[in-house]
Parts: sequence; structure tokens; C-alpha cells
Amino acid sequence: MSDCVTHTVPVPVFAEPWHAQVFAVTVALNEAGRFDWSDWAERFSTTLKRHGLKKELDGGNDYFLAWLETLEAFLTEQGETSRKDIRALRNAWEEAYLTTPHGQPVHLRQK
Amino acid sequence: MPHDDHDHPHALLPPEPALRVKALETILTRKGLIDPAALDEIIDTYQNKIGPQNGAHVVARAWSDPAFKAALLEDATSVVADLGYYGRQGEHMVVVENTPEQHNMVVCTLCSCYPWPLLGIPPGWYKSDAYRARAVREPRKVLAEFGVTLPKNTAVRVWDSTAEIRYLVLPMRPEGADGLSEDELAALVTRDSMIGTGLPKEPS
Repeated sequence: MSDCVTHTVPVPVFAEPWHAQVFAVTVALNEAGRFDWSDWAERFSTTLKRHGLKKELDGGNDYFLAWLETLEAFLTEQGETSRKDIRALRNAWEEAYLTTPHGQPVHLRQK
Repeated sequence: MPHDDHDHPHALLPPEPALRVKALETILTRKGLIDPAALDEIIDTYQNKIGPQNGAHVVARAWSDPAFKAALLEDATSVVADLGYYGRQGEHMVVVENTPEQHNMVVCTLCSCYPWPLLGIPPGWYKSDAYRARAVREPRKVLAEFGVTLPKNTAVRVWDSTAEIRYLVLPMRPEGADGLSEDELAALVTRDSMIGTGLPKEPS
């Protein structure tokens, strides 16, 4: 809580680009009617509680890691994807970054 | 970050969770469930268009117009929707008024429910375990850490936002704000004063 008082200076809405991305993906899915927000909030709350048992969550990176984990589990449960697909695409992106010359836009090889 | 390091052999690898988010985006885009352009629009909206200035506008109006204030306290959702502030996480909003007898403070013990259309995305501390756990247990102590000390006879009431109901605090109009325009009043309204962890600025 020590940083509560110092939080009067404007801070970016999202600390990391991926925080913004995972937020936007979730909002887009909700807007498209893939799930109710209350259903999302309940699942997200359960993840936060579980993570909070291990350490005190900081409301920043911790928070969005819990968010991402909830979304992955939710989409897997809905049958939209699988752990295996996520892992494969994650590896494909890693590969794309590692083989794209610095400064060039990174694109996924078509698979 | 060595972004301008021309000797860097390949593109900078984003952090692990960013790769997982990219994976999800790719999967969902390929299935036609999301549109990358729509994602950019959502991010732009929450980064640049929606923020505490919306809530401040509502509060300033309530300070200036008793009929508006009465309607706001009666049915905030439709009143703020008439001003164009509606949408995701603003489906059911309740405005709670601070008085000399009662100071209101908002938390979400569930996760981070928050009136997005009026305040934007919550700050990190609102989402932290520390705030979520302690706001209910020891609100005066938390307020003191935010630099807010209330008169002894002012009660503190903590409202727990949920996915269904989101609270906004209507702070007390500061002394000496007579004759100010609505825009000048809005400039006194801080984000934290609408969460209840702060007070409006004093007019200069």
C-alpha cells in the first residue's frame, strides 16, 4: 500500500502492451456474446483467490497473469482451443521473433 | 531496453505471457471469433477516450444542478447513459453521496469491478490484494494512507462492487467553490475522490 499516496501522477492505463491485448481480447469476446461478464468475473475471481494464496498480488503483472490464465482455461473449456494449440502457437510466435531480423515486423509463418 | 542496438541479431523477444496472448489472438482470429482491428479500437478507447474525466463531468453536473443530482442518486445508470456514458461494466451503476455524516468508499473484493464508462480502467492499487482485503477490514487506516483523515463523527461505509452493481462516490462539493462553472468544478474532481480514497481538490 505504500505506493497509494504516490499514485497521484498520471500512470499509463496499461503498464505493458500485453496487458492491453489480453484485456481487449476478453472484452471483444464478451461483446461478441461468447460469455457473460458476470461469468467471467466469477472465474477470474477464483483464479485471483488461488494465486493470492501463494503470494500477495500486486494488481499489475500478477493481476494480468491471472487474467490470462483464466481466459486460456475458459476458452479451452468452451472447446475453442486446447492447451496443445496454445503451446504450438506460442512456440510459433517465439520462433518468428527469433528468426526475424531486428527492426523488421514480426509475422507468423503460415501454418 | 536496447531498442536502438543495431547489432541485435533478431527482433526482441516479448515476455512469456505476451507470447501466450499472441497465441490466443492468432487462434481466435483464425476462427473468426475476434477481429484484430476491433482489438485496436478497444485499446484506443480505454487508453484515450474513457477515463475519470467522464465521472468528473457527472459529479460537477450534480454539484451544479439539484434536479440532476436527485435523478442521479435515484437511477444513475439511465442518467449517465443519457450523457453517453454507458457500455461494458457500466450496466448497473449506483451513485453514493458523501455527507458530513457518512463517507463512502468503493472496493471490489471479488476481482476488480469498476464503473469503466465513468472512470476507465482501475489503477493498479485498486486491483491489488492489499487494497481489496484491507478496504473492508480497516477502511480508516487505508484512507489515512491515502492522506485522507475524516472527522471522528463521520462514519465510513464501504461498498463492494460486483459484476452486477458498480458504485461511484459523489464527493462533497468543496467549500469556496461558489460561482465556478461546471468545467471549473470538474477540474476539482479527482479519480480517487470518486472511489472514495481521496477528496476533491480545493479551489485555488
